Amino acid sequence: MNTNEQTPPSGGQGATLFDKIWDAHVVSSVENGPTQLYIDRHFCHEVTSPQAFNGLRARGLKVFRPDKTTMTADHNTPTIDQDQPVKDPISRNQLDTFARNAADFNMPLFYPLGHEKNGVVHIIGPENGFTQPGMTIVCGDSHTSTHGAFGTIAFGIGTSEVEMVLATQCILQTRPKTMRITFNGKLGEGVTAKDLALYMISKLTTGGATGYFVEYAGEAIRNMSMEERMTVCNLSIEMGARGGMIAPDEKTFMYVNGREFAPKGEEWEQKLAYWKTLKTDEGAKFDKELVFDAADIQPMITYGTNPGMGMGITDSIPTLDQIDEAGRISFEKSLNYMGFQAGEKLEGKQIDYVFLGSCTNGRIEDFRIFANYVKGKKKADNVTAWLVPGSWKVEQQIREEGLLDILTEAGFKMRQPGCSACLAMNDDKVPAGKYAVSTSNRNFEGRQGPGARTILASPLVAAAAAISGRITDPRA
Amino acid sequence: MEKFLTLTSTIVPLPIENVDTDQIIPARFLKATDKNGFGDNLFADWRYNKDGSPKADFVLNNSLYSGSILVAGKNFGSGSSREHAAWAIAGYGFKVVVSSFFADIFQNNALNNGVLPVVVSAEFLSEVFNAVNTDSKVTLTVDLQNQTVTNNASGKSENFEINAYKKECLLNGLDDIDYLLSKRDMIEAYEVAR
Ligand code: SF4
Repeated sequence: MNTNEQTPPSGGQGATLFDKIWDAHVVSSVENGPTQLYIDRHFCHEVTSPQAFNGLRARGLKVFRPDKTTMTADHNTPTIDQDQPVKDPISRNQLDTFARNAADFNMPLFYPLGHEKNGVVHIIGPENGFTQPGMTIVCGDSHTSTHGAFGTIAFGIGTSEVEMVLATQCILQTRPKTMRITFNGKLGEGVTAKDLALYMISKLTTGGATGYFVEYAGEAIRNMSMEERMTVCNLSIEMGARGGMIAPDEKTFMYVNGREFAPKGEEWEQKLAYWKTLKTDEGAKFDKELVFDAADIQPMITYGTNPGMGMGITDSIPTLDQIDEAGRISFEKSLNYMGFQAGEKLEGKQIDYVFLGSCTNGRIEDFRIFANYVKGKKKADNVTAWLVPGSWKVEQQIREEGLLDILTEAGFKMRQPGCSACLAMNDDKVPAGKYAVSTSNRNFEGRQGPGARTILASPLVAAAAAISGRITDPRA
Repeated sequence: MEKFLTLTSTIVPLPIENVDTDQIIPARFLKATDKNGFGDNLFADWRYNKDGSPKADFVLNNSLYSGSILVAGKNFGSGSSREHAAWAIAGYGFKVVVSSFFADIFQNNALNNGVLPVVVSAEFLSEVFNAVNTDSKVTLTVDLQNQTVTNNASGKSENFEINAYKKECLLNGLDDIDYLLSKRDMIEAYEVAR
């Protein structure tokens, strides 16, 4: 692949970052229909792929470009005793099927349970250098938007589309509209990338960006580390966006440089020159522009059963008359599920579980923030804490940086990598009626176990809750 | 894939907004390695008690309502990309989902499984909910060729949008993979040229 030799994007002058990458990947356009888009990197996991491989078998097809698919087992895996056979026979069958598919189709990049490169798909992609600026990236998982932090077009697809990519390295997509969301100014003390994202989703609602591809811009975004940018892009899907992206800069290049699958030597120089052109031109038009002031953002928590139902940690839940009429049934159903009252404050409320992990907040920085807060303190007795690193590499770094000692000292244990309580397909389920302060991305009914009540928050807010046993403002 | 032309059916009303894919098919049912049987667990946590007995107050357990058209509140199918949600809807026997707004990925997944998402105005939607409240046997007619949906209680009709290519696919029962496979030469040429 030699991306620097491409003809200039047909967007020409005044093209957005999105236009430039999209136009460079168009193979053909169906008349009055979608675009046939070439995919540079496909990530694949055990839950949304078996039916796609079966589809290939039924059609007698091979995988077209096996080296462009990276496979990791993460969704349906235990987070303890990974060296033992998986107990649940149905889960074991799914993992065995995944391995069989990798073998039958000669897939070279297969990272099963226990492999040093194994971990949550959106964590291992960037950390091994698979994710590079200017790419198109897909995965049968909606949080594929995470990779947009590197200036890529990355989005989630269904299993039929997984089959298309395996068979042809292409998919058919309707060109989405574009939106730019700018965050001016700086985030306050104790306010993190997660809070910025939850704030944005609460303003836009869960469907507010449906049909759009979002570019994030502004001082607050520029100031973020790659880990923080990944958190923001990761949550794009929670406001319905097809994906989110951030123009690559020196931080991006530094992050990618030297990683195992990153370009090397002369190829690196060529790619770098191309990557530096990947930004929205001055005067380029977006279908929609929104601007926020980063200084307005507080540490956030959610009070309901979708990620748009968020508020500042010291705020009160809206009252019924603040909700439009068509939404009241859903609002009341939601509060009823959570066991909360309209108009109520949540600060000081007792909680039962804390989950640190997921592709949203399972990276090294998230563990640093958590460890830094709990250092020298003790975990509250009423709290069960699940600390789940996003990958084995993150796990190793936690040890190397001495964070594990700090966490152990404060009464925490660490589990093994995987999606874990983010979607609770394995045994990491929050019991019915219990409250979990979770650094993951979805607070849907039953997401963390049937009847489980999820309060989404940043790793910092989660750390404060783990220590006090209550919803606590970490700035206090 | 089965062809879709027109459909007249009674409806199953679900006047809840933001029905997410974790409600359509909870994650613990995603352990299967084939596409069959998901219909039995459609809306599982709303539909069944812990012991597996049906919850009487959920619409799928109410014999008053039946049919192959699901009518749901706005922003249906938000959340995960799991195509299992579309398999569950199709597996249960729904051929059409009507709402005033759909999440993107769900809409794609539905179309790839021969389920037609029909976007109607908020007024049309609330009239349908009102009509089915008065008479549970109200029918809707969906005509794909003419892109119309009709509330047969009032006779009111609305046009709906669908991508021209996707419409052809549904009318002819073709899928995207057939199309892409026919373009292999172009794909190889693209790879060489870049
Ligand atoms: S951590 Fe959660 S959101 Fe991320 S890939 Fe896993 S299940 Fe999906």
